[in-house]
Amino acid sequence: MQMPDPDSRVLSRKAQIVERLRAVLPDAAVISDPVETRAYECDALAAYRCPPLAVVLPSTTQEVAAALALCHAEGVPVVPRGAGTSLAGGALPTADCVILGTARMTEVLEVSYPDRIIRVQSGRTNLSVTGAVEGDGFFYAPDPSSQLACAIAGNIAMNSGGAHCLKYGVTTNNLLGVTMVLMDGTIVELGGAAMDAGGLDLLGLICGSEGQLGVVTEATLRILPKPEGARPVLMGYDSSEVAGQVVSDIIRAGLLPVAIEFMDRPCIEATEAFAKAGYPMCEALLIVEVEGSPAEIDEQLGLITQIARRHDPVELREATDADEAARIWLGRKSAFGAMGQINDYICLDGTIPVSQLPFVLRRIAEMAADYGLGVANVFHAGDGNMHPLILYDANGGELDKAEALGADILRLCVEVGGCLTGEHGVGIEKRDLMEVQFGPDDLEAQMAVKDVFDPAWLLNPAKVFPLAASAGRRMAAE
Amino acid sequence: MRPTSEAELCEAIRDAGGPLRVRGGGTRDIGLPVAGEVLETGGLSGIVDYEPGALTLVVRAGTPMAEIEPVLAAEGQALSFEPMDHRALLGTDGAPTIGGVVAGNVSGPRRVSHAGACRDSLLGVRFVDGRGRVIRNGGRVMKNVTGYDLTKLMAGARGSLGVLTEVSLKVLPRPEAAATVVLSGLDDARAVAAMSAALGSPFEVSGAAHDAEARLTRLRVEGLAGSVAYRARRLAELLSPFGQAELIEEAATVAGTWTAIRDVTDFAGRDGDVWRLALRPSRAAALAARAEPRAARYDWGGGLVWLLMDPGTDLRARTGSFDGHATLVRASQATRAALAVFPPQPASVAALTAGLKATFDPRGILNPGEMI
Repeated sequence: MQMPDPDSRVLSRKAQIVERLRAVLPDAAVISDPVETRAYECDALAAYRCPPLAVVLPSTTQEVAAALALCHAEGVPVVPRGAGTSLAGGALPTADCVILGTARMTEVLEVSYPDRIIRVQSGRTNLSVTGAVEGDGFFYAPDPSSQLACAIAGNIAMNSGGAHCLKYGVTTNNLLGVTMVLMDGTIVELGGAAMDAGGLDLLGLICGSEGQLGVVTEATLRILPKPEGARPVLMGYDSSEVAGQVVSDIIRAGLLPVAIEFMDRPCIEATEAFAKAGYPMCEALLIVEVEGSPAEIDEQLGLITQIARRHDPVELREATDADEAARIWLGRKSAFGAMGQINDYICLDGTIPVSQLPFVLRRIAEMAADYGLGVANVFHAGDGNMHPLILYDANGGELDKAEALGADILRLCVEVGGCLTGEHGVGIEKRDLMEVQFGPDDLEAQMAVKDVFDPAWLLNPAKVFPLAASAGRRMAAE
Repeated sequence: MRPTSEAELCEAIRDAGGPLRVRGGGTRDIGLPVAGEVLETGGLSGIVDYEPGALTLVVRAGTPMAEIEPVLAAEGQALSFEPMDHRALLGTDGAPTIGGVVAGNVSGPRRVSHAGACRDSLLGVRFVDGRGRVIRNGGRVMKNVTGYDLTKLMAGARGSLGVLTEVSLKVLPRPEAAATVVLSGLDDARAVAAMSAALGSPFEVSGAAHDAEARLTRLRVEGLAGSVAYRARRLAELLSPFGQAELIEEAATVAGTWTAIRDVTDFAGRDGDVWRLALRPSRAAALAARAEPRAARYDWGGGLVWLLMDPGTDLRARTGSFDGHATLVRASQATRAALAVFPPQPASVAALTAGLKATFDPRGILNPGEMI
């Protein structure tokens, strides 16, 4: 992946820019020592690294506004950063940029159970939002795998999902309001505790805009009462076609599980070696989870296992207690870690219409064989959000080949009616594939939206859009 | 004008010499009147793709709701956000279209559940902007974060940024059973407290409404039959501090009740202006009292309040500013012009709105003045 050349006029003024940042922010909020800025050189797409010019870690909306206004006046690009867990390079710096991190903005500002909302500073981690309300029987629904570490700011920037979004939706469906700072330092309030906003749905536009329209400093989130209980069932099949049919039949039967997860044989083998969850060795494994009281769970699982049996499973295992439930989830939850133990991998995130699942899995296997690379599949089957893991050897110089296979797989996702990314975001990773999914007018309309919020294209400028497509705007701004 | 293809629509917009009044079924006459040539979307009609196993529907924007609903029902599915039919309340006729529903982000009582608002079910759009360009955004898959979410921006934009030609929606299974738990005699504040208690319970309440005149507070549970019976019983137990609950399980009665709540039919044919407030449930009762309405109806557990007001009353002056907003849904043209239909915006938000309008519709020809 290419990044634009840093602006030499900014690089040469580093000392002056840092001094001016120190003048408007508390001393401890500005980091410019190259040893310390190294910690911000990459996010979870660690193949790409570049230390920033400086890092600022403001504690309040006002400090964010001061930092942005200054960078705006100085013509310095700003890359917002939540917890740095982006798999798409959303927080990758350029050498001429200031990283604006939300790590010190972690306060809970308000909890209202009658209104079923929590208002937090955006640097708070996803899991600790739930942590603030779970003692009272509530939770925050979006649950990305990185939820222990990832920040709400990044969740909003990428419109993050998770395993349970089949029922509860993704970030945008659980976000009611934000306080946001535009690149010129203007503070904007969008939405609030009400369940819809007046006027245009700017909140919906902000969510998923990858930190290119503004920096969200505070967020009002919907919280939901915890279900009485949840229980998974595990089923194994001889072919992914059959497993795909089971998913479709469950959905058509009018059932709405909270999660339907899918793993293929390479993934099952790797996780078994690592986590020893006792999974059956088969071509396709499904984990279906339902919620409710014990009787309600029995009612739903009764119907689901009936459907499962019709398709002749090689294994059908219902959890009867919490321990068995945990063991069913164990392998799935350690899948990414397990793959990381045996290989370097790229995690893709394309979404496809559920009906295309068997075809796409078959094609991925063929394409991987052509490239001479392995692919393991683990994904959210209920909503068609795939996560093919392309296995490669970084030290063996296979990254380019792996990226090329990844691009081919994503093109396939678009061809069958899907999209490049279901929950990770475009970042730099899928930036140059945007033209596969969108026509020139579609991209122009999106870039014109950025013109409205950030006319100088200083905020996270080299992300989301193909560099060639955004070049005119980025250059004009310089 | 009534284009019959997207290409004709592009041409009509490119060639327009003045303002256009974009119209689906013409049943939601809410904003300020637009003086301009009527542009009807009814020629862009029909279901493009419906995949029940994937819970997705792709449909042309001018398709009447009455055509879509039976197709979904035949597969045991429905649009989960149960859009309001405005005809009774506004005294309009015509056939509501899916494009009108999406353009107004029209959402019913199920907004309080995980089903959410219309915009939460909207997966993708095609539209023609004010420059006559076809823009695609989103798609037909459930999860999609590729590029900016112009799809959400189009939901509720009331045709001011572009004319929808095609929408993709997530559909959900129709619940097998439903029941209403009814509490009687509560004042507004107690009713909202009861609804908050219900919505804060694990019993998956999918509707919470209060009729302030009849003092009837209604809670809906839906799903598999056994589960509905269980949750209705548990809910009644939970709410026992608010009084003895009555349980209604007869399917047609339950459905009729919630359709009436959805459509605010209680205010149909009654004299007075109708205001719609979206706000914090915990402030709803006090705010409604301050408005001194002729009548009040609460939905969304108190997060949505419908007020019937003396004609010409400036409700926003009575309530003062609050965390939420008020829309004047029904009033004479003179009152609409005098009081502004849509809530006034802070300068920073108004500037962004104006910037987007200028980007998508630089000549200002799409529904000018209706909302933007």
